[in-house]
Amino acid sequence: MRKHLLIAAIALLATGLCAQAQGRRGLKINEVMVQNDSNVVDDYGQRVGWIEIFNSTYAPLEISSVFLTTDSANKKMYPVPLGDVLTEIPTRQHVIFWADGKPSRGTFHTSFVLVPGQDNWIGIYDADGKTLIDEVVVPASLPAGHTYARKSDGVGSGPDAWEVRSGSEGQYITPSSANIIRDTNSKVDMFKEKDKSGLGLTVMAMCIVFSALLLLSCCFYLINRIGAHISKLNKMHAQGKSIHETPREERPDHDSGEEIAAIVMALHEHLNAHDQEQTVLTINKVKRAYSPWSSKIYNMRELPHR
Amino acid sequence: MELSFGDFLLQNLTQFWHLTGIYNATWQHCVMLVVGLFFIWLAIKKNFEPMLLVPIGFGMLIGNIPFNATAGLEIGIYEEGSVLNILYNGVSAGWYPPLIFLGIGAMTDFSALIANPKLMLIGAAAQFGIFGAYMVATAIGFAPDQAGAIAIIGGADGPTAIFLSSKLAPNLMGAIAVSAYSYMALVPVIQPPIMRLLTTKHERLIKMKPARAVSQNEKIIFPIVGLLLTCFVVPSGIPLLGMLFFGNLLRECGVTTRLAKTASNALTDIVTMLLGMTVGASTQASEFLTTQTIFIFFLGLMAFIIASASGVCFVKLFNLFLPKSKKINPLIGNAGVSAVPMSARISNNLGLEYDPSNYLLMHAMGPNVAGVIGSAVAAGVLLGFLA
Repeated sequence: MRKHLLIAAIALLATGLCAQAQGRRGLKINEVMVQNDSNVVDDYGQRVGWIEIFNSTYAPLEISSVFLTTDSANKKMYPVPLGDVLTEIPTRQHVIFWADGKPSRGTFHTSFVLVPGQDNWIGIYDADGKTLIDEVVVPASLPAGHTYARKSDGVGSGPDAWEVRSGSEGQYITPSSANIIRDTNSKVDMFKEKDKSGLGLTVMAMCIVFSALLLLSCCFYLINRIGAHISKLNKMHAQGKSIHETPREERPDHDSGEEIAAIVMALHEHLNAHDQEQTVLTINKVKRAYSPWSSKIYNMRELPHR
Repeated sequence: MELSFGDFLLQNLTQFWHLTGIYNATWQHCVMLVVGLFFIWLAIKKNFEPMLLVPIGFGMLIGNIPFNATAGLEIGIYEEGSVLNILYNGVSAGWYPPLIFLGIGAMTDFSALIANPKLMLIGAAAQFGIFGAYMVATAIGFAPDQAGAIAIIGGADGPTAIFLSSKLAPNLMGAIAVSAYSYMALVPVIQPPIMRLLTTKHERLIKMKPARAVSQNEKIIFPIVGLLLTCFVVPSGIPLLGMLFFGNLLRECGVTTRLAKTASNALTDIVTMLLGMTVGASTQASEFLTTQTIFIFFLGLMAFIIASASGVCFVKLFNLFLPKSKKINPLIGNAGVSAVPMSARISNNLGLEYDPSNYLLMHAMGPNVAGVIGSAVAAGVLLGFLA
């Protein structure tokens, strides 16, 4: 009983840890606009500062009950409300929170505002109100109409991972969409450009395939040797010999599958374990359960009785 | 103007006529239907991979019955929410192939490989077919991701080909799958001439030492160590290799016989039917009858030839470093191209042709199952590089 309880407890703990590990840690602050003078409008037609949150995981992420804040001393400044289906961010997608200080306007309107002309620290705390998921300091020097955005969605930490974007070509402001607009697969493009003949990929891939199988082969060579040694020891033990006293050349070799099959056949013959069933005639009464579905009576037309 | 009853009937009959297959038929549909019938004929009359070609051939018939695609009837395989589309999800999202691998793992006895681990390298060498075809495909003008998806045909492993093409080039998946399964069915025709060409009579007569018996402990350790080692090197191979080794552990551990039986029988049968039928149905004339398909079939054949040849040549090269008593018969080199157990059977048959007492089947099973692992690793590598 105790053993079962222990296993159940370990399983529960592991599940809890996994859920914690895979969950909201993937939530990233991705782009921030403090002074919105010409950019996107909210659902009330107002231009206010906004914070873009990115789900960097490859699974949908439910963000209700996490906290958004601009004050590290007040970690529970704006709790994302429960019960809104839109708080589940799909895989690798974005949502925008409007920093207008009017939470009564809906789930995505925060209770705080971003203040121009000063550093704005923004943090996301997990539902426990203690675990910091992500944070960023938006510099005071950020001009109006500009955003402070990650160079690549959800990637990196610290000021090096961020840049100021003006909205001009190459510095697009991308509310609710990816910070880097990709229309092709960069990996494929790179191979197309650098490895036109395909030789590079061939050499790399063959090396990897060979090393994976070589590794497996070496590992099983070792296991093979150990297995052969153990079977040799068992064999000598059965013959009453000691490995230390027996010279190397007199030690028995391993048995092949064919040898084992031959030994088994010989034993089978020796024990006269022939199958006698062929000479026994068995008569069993076959019972068939009655069923009206297959009854012949119902298939025949009954003639009227005279 | 009010519609008369006669006009009303005529209007409805005309509408119905426009929905019929006869009205919507094109010559491309007819060609694909003939191809489907040819596959069914090959399977039934010639016994070429019937388990695969019957579902694929019939799937081709299902997928190429003409209908009005703009009518929104939700019947086509590419129409969101249709029954065929739901079944096709296993192919497009790539979860049928790992289930097949689960069954393959539960069916496969890795003893030959465990007893003689150096045979694994033959399985690795044969994967050169994949990358050789990749180079040719890029030279022809295919994009690297498309080339990778086409080249995997050389792995001679249908589920792997479907899995990789669904990730790298979904638009080519039908042609790639049909090509892979067709060449797998034609292994007895393609491989023997290559094997004869590349070996001398003396080499074909090499008798290999019988493999030692493998203990159950070793058989249990194999899937666990195999998974950890291969997937640590190529994590993108986890879906295929994970399921392969999991199925094998179910088989070998001795306490999950029921699960192993289900995985190797009922589950594999169900998934094979659905996979074959939906792959067949996905080869709609508009997608399939293109010049690209011809190139794919050509590249697939080339990949098969290169793979078989590189397996045989590698054994010959390997023999240069082995003592006389431990030489490997190069006739088992072709078995490195997966296609379990057909290619191993070909090694055996060819060996018996030259020496009626030289049974190579168990030796060939080593590189054969190593080929399954090798092609899954190669698919993982391509996925890692190009996805």
